[in-house]
Amino acid sequence: MTVFYLAGALFLLGNVAVALARVLRGPTAADRMLSGELMGTTAVAVLLLLYGATGIEALLDVALVFAILAAMAVVTFVRRTWPEDPVDDNGGETP
Amino acid sequence: MIMMAGTVLIVLGLLFFLSGTVGLLRFPDVFTRLHALSKADTLALGLVCAGLALHADDGALQLKLLLIWLLVIVSGATCSSLIARAALAHGIRPWQR
Amino acid sequence: MHPVEVTFDALLLFSMVVLAWQGVHARNMFRAVVSFMMFGLLTAVAWVRLEAPDIALAEASLGAGLTGALLLATLGRLGPERRGPRRRRAMKLSMLPWLALGLVGTTVLLAVTLSLPAPGLGEAVLAAMPAAGVDSPVTAVLLNFRAWDTLLEIGVMLLAVIALWSLGQDVLASTSRLPAPALPALVRVLFPLFVLSTFYLLWRGGHGPGGAFPAGALLAAGLVLALLAGARVPERMRGAPLRWAVGGGLFAFLIVAVGGMWAAGAFFAYPPQHASILIAIVEIAAGLSIGVMLTALFLGGEPTEVRRGRT
Repeated sequence: MTVFYLAGALFLLGNVAVALARVLRGPTAADRMLSGELMGTTAVAVLLLLYGATGIEALLDVALVFAILAAMAVVTFVRRTWPEDPVDDNGGETP
Repeated sequence: MIMMAGTVLIVLGLLFFLSGTVGLLRFPDVFTRLHALSKADTLALGLVCAGLALHADDGALQLKLLLIWLLVIVSGATCSSLIARAALAHGIRPWQR
Repeated sequence: MHPVEVTFDALLLFSMVVLAWQGVHARNMFRAVVSFMMFGLLTAVAWVRLEAPDIALAEASLGAGLTGALLLATLGRLGPERRGPRRRRAMKLSMLPWLALGLVGTTVLLAVTLSLPAPGLGEAVLAAMPAAGVDSPVTAVLLNFRAWDTLLEIGVMLLAVIALWSLGQDVLASTSRLPAPALPALVRVLFPLFVLSTFYLLWRGGHGPGGAFPAGALLAAGLVLALLAGARVPERMRGAPLRWAVGGGLFAFLIVAVGGMWAAGAFFAYPPQHASILIAIVEIAAGLSIGVMLTALFLGGEPTEVRRGRT
């Protein structure tokens, strides 16, 4: 069973590593933020599976902390980072 | 039997994570990518949590798994709406064939 | 170790190196910030793999919450990015000495790490645990055996707040005017949970992974989320009450330390029969104070005390 959980965690990590391409490609800031969001959710799942593999209960607390903070980045991004006027957000490059 | 069901749920959840990643990479614009991502937030994590809850035998642990899932759902839904609104306000038009 | 574990660790390390590289060298500042936030997420997973759930918890609560929010808000204040002429970074010959230096440095560090006595101070800590007043070795080290270090850490944080506040007033006015009806609803749901989990982590700190720093970071994340949803620092909290809250952790810590000098004869010497309650007091005061201090850092300046008209 332990190997099953670990294989699942490995699968998710590989998933996220591929999704990193979206951070590189963009084109808009929102797209980059989305891959951050996916990574947050995946990290929760990875921690849950690692909990399954190891049985360390504190991992559920770590996952809980990730889950409760899941909205932080996007909320700050939308409220503070993305400027109101639709200027280009890719540093001058057109997508 | 219950262990088996839990394992199946976890595998299904992993597949939905995969579909979220594929969607994030392959879909043409922010809004369609949001659609793919929200599947990972709700369905995929929900299936993984449900599978682990079936494997766990402690009520408190199952409650914690449920709480984790609910938190991510609530955050994910709000964030999707926020990003979609912000993208519209920035003049990003939804993709049309 | 099972091959799956080895593959997992290798992939984790590889992703972390890629993200770290992006965080430093990305052409676009926003990309660098997102990479750094993702790097924080993976760091927490790495600490889990190293069987250090305490540090994973601290990294998760600070890295996933406040650090990212601070960086993103700062990016917003910097305004649209002006980019210089595009430079191609090619692998130049002049980089070779640095590369060699890095390799040698890493090797030396590895050799030093391997030559350290294997269990470190772990056994000494475990031997002293009965007198510690708490069940968690990490909390015992942080708040009893090496409380002095923690005191200084809180002092450094307080200094940062003082330095930032002396630069000017708060910058909350720069918030977005985008309509976001779902946001206040989200915060109304989440905020009580943030407070609850803050106290949960403070309570956990007594016998397991948890403690003042993750708890404070969670509290700060909740407060920052409320600020982002449009909440304001209440009028009656501004000025003296807020300053007391910011300095309260350090103050309580110092009182306990000096009290130890008076009662047990040495700075920070807890009388063993009261150690448990004293540590609880220090932990709660420090946790709440850390939360307020981190929020104060996010505010970017002291909230003005008197405001005319609408706030």
